[in-house]
Amino acid sequence: MSPIEKSKNPELSINAQDRVNLFSITVATINGSGSQTSNLTLLRSIFGMGIPVCGKNLFPSNIQGLPTWFTIRVNKHGYTARSESHEIVVAMNPETFLRDCDDVFPGGSFFYADDIKIVIPRTDIHLYPMPVKNILKESNTPSNLRDYLANMIYVGILAQSLGISLPGIQQALEYHFKGKKTPVELNYQMVVSAFEWAQQNLQKEDPYSLSPMEVTDNLILTDGNTAAALGSIYGGVQFISWYPITPATSLAEALTDYLPKLRKDAASGKNTFAIIQAEDELAGIGMAIGAGWAGLRAMTSTSGPGLSLMTEYIGLAYFAEVPVVIWDVQRVGPSTGLPTRTSQGDLLFSHYIGHGDTEIPLLLPGNINECFDFGWKAFDIAEQVQTPVIVLSDLDFGMNQWMANSFEYPNESMKRGKILLEEDIEKLSGNWGRYRDIDGDAITYRTFPGNMNPRSSYFARGTGHDQNASYTEDPKEWHDLLERLKMKYKQAKRWVPEPVIDFQENYSIGIISFGSTEPAIRECRDMLLAKGIGTNFLRVRAIPFVESIGDFIGKHRVNYVIEMNRDGQLYKLLIVEYPHLAQLLVSLAYTDGLPMTANRIKNMIVPREEKNNE
Amino acid sequence: MNDMQLSPTSRSKINRIGLTKADYRGNPSTLCQGCGHNSISSQIIAACYELDLSPESIVKFSGIGCSSKSPFYFLNRAFGFNGLHGRMPSLATGALFADHNLKGIAVSGDGDTASIGIGQFKHLIRRNLSLVYIVENNGVYGLTKGQFSATADVGLTLKSHGTNPYMPVDIAWEALLGHATFVARSFAGDPKQVKELLKAALSHNGIAVLDIISPCVTFNNQDTATHSYAWGRNHEVALHELAFVPPAEEIVVDYQEGEDKEVVLHDGSSLVLKKLDRDYNPTDRIAAMRLLEEANACNCLITGLIYISTDQPSMIELYNLVEKPLNRLGEAELRPVKATLSEINGQMFQR
Repeated sequence: MSPIEKSKNPELSINAQDRVNLFSITVATINGSGSQTSNLTLLRSIFGMGIPVCGKNLFPSNIQGLPTWFTIRVNKHGYTARSESHEIVVAMNPETFLRDCDDVFPGGSFFYADDIKIVIPRTDIHLYPMPVKNILKESNTPSNLRDYLANMIYVGILAQSLGISLPGIQQALEYHFKGKKTPVELNYQMVVSAFEWAQQNLQKEDPYSLSPMEVTDNLILTDGNTAAALGSIYGGVQFISWYPITPATSLAEALTDYLPKLRKDAASGKNTFAIIQAEDELAGIGMAIGAGWAGLRAMTSTSGPGLSLMTEYIGLAYFAEVPVVIWDVQRVGPSTGLPTRTSQGDLLFSHYIGHGDTEIPLLLPGNINECFDFGWKAFDIAEQVQTPVIVLSDLDFGMNQWMANSFEYPNESMKRGKILLEEDIEKLSGNWGRYRDIDGDAITYRTFPGNMNPRSSYFARGTGHDQNASYTEDPKEWHDLLERLKMKYKQAKRWVPEPVIDFQENYSIGIISFGSTEPAIRECRDMLLAKGIGTNFLRVRAIPFVESIGDFIGKHRVNYVIEMNRDGQLYKLLIVEYPHLAQLLVSLAYTDGLPMTANRIKNMIVPREEKNNE
Repeated sequence: MNDMQLSPTSRSKINRIGLTKADYRGNPSTLCQGCGHNSISSQIIAACYELDLSPESIVKFSGIGCSSKSPFYFLNRAFGFNGLHGRMPSLATGALFADHNLKGIAVSGDGDTASIGIGQFKHLIRRNLSLVYIVENNGVYGLTKGQFSATADVGLTLKSHGTNPYMPVDIAWEALLGHATFVARSFAGDPKQVKELLKAALSHNGIAVLDIISPCVTFNNQDTATHSYAWGRNHEVALHELAFVPPAEEIVVDYQEGEDKEVVLHDGSSLVLKKLDRDYNPTDRIAAMRLLEEANACNCLITGLIYISTDQPSMIELYNLVEKPLNRLGEAELRPVKATLSEINGQMFQR
């Protein structure tokens, strides 16, 4: 049976109008084959047409050879969460061919390299064989580059089929290759060849097409790790010590890329920063804490396994009251877990990190712009509270392409907290001790090395200490110190960002979340509203929790806590904080390594609400 | 009485920067009476005093163990940080970046350096951080009451732990192999040599590893153990008689011409090595390796400056930092101006 005969199936009649700017493309390739360039080119050229998009890379923990998928969701309503349906699938990998074919939404389109000789078992989808090898052979490209350029062929064919203009592709390629003429030209020519082949040979039967819009004006397309790096630089980061780990590596690489451009002293050309690749995470955090103790804005970036290694030092920094910022770009744990998949599984661990009674303020960015904003705010909080601050991002933010607003310059000056320089010591007329609470707010005054006042020094330690930092085992001193640290931690409420709240008096259902689930929740709330289920929404942006969170919970019959982990970690923290409201909280936690979808949340909430209405 | 309490006469003397020896003092030691570590602390005080170093220009670091408590017993006017077991090198690395004018003195032990800390020790060395790194080496875990450390002699018998079946880690060897730019070994019972080596180390621009055999008077002081006083005294073979000459002083050599070797350090000071019984050149790395191997073979404790290289940049020099200490920079220097962010936004992919 030829593909054409199959496509005459009556199930394929979908109203084409409904599918303009409303579909997902999934590209299945082999890791290391250069498909990232092709996929980003598609994504950027659609964004360039003014149409909302989001690109997610579902890649293996491997450099070359394993299957990888890239999904581009095109959505005229602006929904950017992962979509569960794959309307258009491009199959370039024989190994996953049948699975990819099976994934195509009924009535969807299946573009595949025609050299893959596997019988296609479906009759309910549009089939588009692509003569990849022939087009390559007929092009005049160097043979050693052909494998890499093969993936440009589906770009050209999809562009022609969906209505992406060639100049749009060219603009995307020029951005990707930073204007370097040779690669732009080589890739572009391959796209043009494929585009022309499609013009002459491809008979369009499916309803999917693109039509220019105006809604991406003033937006940028970027990723969370780049945003975090830039935010940190505008927060004045001076010292970064890090160790490579997926998915946090690109954060440190963005710092390495941008710092020399932004932070050289204009007159001398010398650096106002240092970035060190440490030998491991144990040293990465140790260096950052040394620098933070000595008065620098210091940070490290890592993911779950690295954070496990850093735990002991973070406990010391908590206890010795050293400001330092740690970015945890979460991947799936426990253990090595799924290095290239996303999760929100480090919330409890980060918050209570370390042995003994330890509590760390957390910042929880919920979009790319907050990755930037919390990049600089984290230093202000760490220095004002004199504590480690952990910022929990995740792989979905960190490594995927998102539409974002232009980054906004910090709207307040840097807050360095209580620091005493040489002359300040004298002003305190002998009353200073590193851990003496002079102001009664549990935050003490700190000094740092290089201070030449002979009375400024102290000996920092992880052992029991008195107000002057001297060793003590005195029971009352120990008790009072731990109580002060608890009170000090709570002072963070003065500076942490308030939750984002969307509230209407007449709704009795609350949805609570943090981090990267917001796009799925926003879409789900629209779905629920269409079914007559109105919901309010609160996104937690920091721990310690602030008052408005308890207020929100108390105003609802039920609050669904949505998160991407197994145990409902945010839910647990909420019931510890608000035990009297525990009966109003319901945990809807789910983790499989993939970003949350609206559909999944809907399917968790609707049965519960239907039961409630019985 | 601990070793740091000073006599009334030494109190009255002042050095070139107007400080008395008491200004270099620490808190009273809580280590065991007669512990070699206390003797080393005294020599650190003496060396800093005699070199006219301002205590505020020094930062002290340590890990965990008996040795790591000792920075509390010297230089009270210097900042200090007692870090994690074996991971003080990373702490020191970060802290010293804050102000490139500061000099670090780190005190570690054989457990802290040769066991949990061997990784950070080797990486510290290869980066050539300007830090005096003292290992107070007694071959035993004192603070947990007498277990074998990784530097314990093979065949050593301890009361509750039987006989050590493993070869020891040789700290000087590890330092040399890791491209340390200053490697010395000494014996806590030889205060004069310890002091001269400390002075040279403090003037060295880079990592200075001092492996100081410092007997544990409580848990490892059997006369046959290489980390005991009796063994050290009987088997010590000094490479040179050392004389450290600060840059401000005229070099006076009180021995025969042709018998001394002068090593000039980065600040213009020098270390004069008086030849004893052999012609040894501490700038020859291969010779240093041979020396250590021969010492092991003949069951000798070779002390003195084993290796020095003065022509390598220290870690912080590689980072092209601004002249002003990083920890004195303000918002104007640290937050790029607004226009730069508009430029960056413009570089992101847009329609």
